[in-house]
Amino acid sequence: MAAKLRVATTSLAGCFGCHMSFLDIDERMIELAQHVEFDRSPITDIEHCGPCDIGLIEGGVCNSENVHTLREFRKNCKVLVAVGACAINGGLPAMRNHFKLEDCLNESYIDGMGLENAQIPSDPELPLLLDNVHPIHEIVKVDYYMPGCPPSGDVFWSFLSDIIAGREPSLPYELVHFD
Amino acid sequence: MSKTITIDGKEIPYEDGQTIMDAAIAADIYIPHLCHDPDYEPHGSCKLCTVNVNGRNCSACTFPALEGQNIINQSADLEQDRKRITQMLFVEGNHFCPSCEKTGDCQLQGVAYYLDMHDNHFPHFFANREMDASHPDILIDHNRCIFCNLCVRASQEKDHKNVFAISGRGMNKHLIVNSITGKLKDSNIHINDHAAHICPTGAILIKRTGYKVPIGERTYDKQKIDAVALAKENKHHGR
Ligand code: SF4
Ligand code: SF4
Ligand code: FES
Repeated sequence: MAAKLRVATTSLAGCFGCHMSFLDIDERMIELAQHVEFDRSPITDIEHCGPCDIGLIEGGVCNSENVHTLREFRKNCKVLVAVGACAINGGLPAMRNHFKLEDCLNESYIDGMGLENAQIPSDPELPLLLDNVHPIHEIVKVDYYMPGCPPSGDVFWSFLSDIIAGREPSLPYELVHFD
Repeated sequence: MSKTITIDGKEIPYEDGQTIMDAAIAADIYIPHLCHDPDYEPHGSCKLCTVNVNGRNCSACTFPALEGQNIINQSADLEQDRKRITQMLFVEGNHFCPSCEKTGDCQLQGVAYYLDMHDNHFPHFFANREMDASHPDILIDHNRCIFCNLCVRASQEKDHKNVFAISGRGMNKHLIVNSITGKLKDSNIHINDHAAHICPTGAILIKRTGYKVPIGERTYDKQKIDAVALAKENKHHGR
């Protein structure tokens, strides 16, 4: 049997919906496990990704840590895939781009309703927020895109089946949605 | 004998005064388009209908059909150009489809799906654009306007009202409303006006109708835009 493909996944500025949708491949997960093994992902809880065949990125880039994680994935993954609307165009998190970062922070931590001891968090451990949320192709080269918010389980299955079989991935019309 | 043009090797008839788009639609040939609607004067702004006529690229919706034209509509080059044009439309505005009521019924999406567009390719502008929710029945979200001019034409040509205009150029281009405050509520638009229903994207929406048809069961969830557009725009389908 051919060596298993190594897959890493992560969520940047996303809601984990794409990861949840990945689980919607349901019992096909068992077949998938015969062809792939996971490197960094929520399943393995590994902190840094090593050399991989495929990197699946959910979410856009909203802070300095996202930039580092994304660059690490790009360096280590032969094929990098933008998964879902946030990775592809910033998605709903990018709706904050219409406002000043300061206003967003004030609204969340100072002026928001029912706040006690209001203050803007400033722990040095916290990653710095970027002015704007960016789609990942603005930071690194992306090889493939899986549209959707989130892409359905069938999109994950179709894409990974193509890669496993050594085919150029392509999505049938019914599976392409931007919502 | 009727006059003919050739599209992708197929000879089709045309009449004097018809554009390439008119002749193509009548022959059930789909040329991707967004700013064109056969009920209105052609505008030629989106350039999605770019075809190659005897070696030169032209907009099918504005270019007259003429004897001896050899037209290429489907080629890898044109598909690529159209995909890039559509991607530019997406990055120029702010298209957050998951939060848009028009999703699934949106022609911009429909074209993107048809062109197998999965990403936006270009860096995003994330331009600051306004929303006008002042009118009791009609909403404008300028983030989704692609400047197709259809609402402008509908208001002038069918409603005879002149509610809309496009002002400014390039990056500063924007849709304006003809009222003393610039707000829709102070204009004379009415919910039954053609202009309120023509928008190909989710820029002009009728309030309280958004989720009557659930996401997943909408126009382009079920059918490709070529079939939808031809069925709607080609009068002989209705006969
Ligand atoms: S108008 Fe169309 S393309 Fe724009 S956000 Fe709405 S559904 Fe998406
Ligand atoms: S509001 Fe809609 S119909 Fe009017 S110009 Fe913009 S996209 Fe076209
Ligand atoms: S449809 Fe011809 S330019 Fe828009």
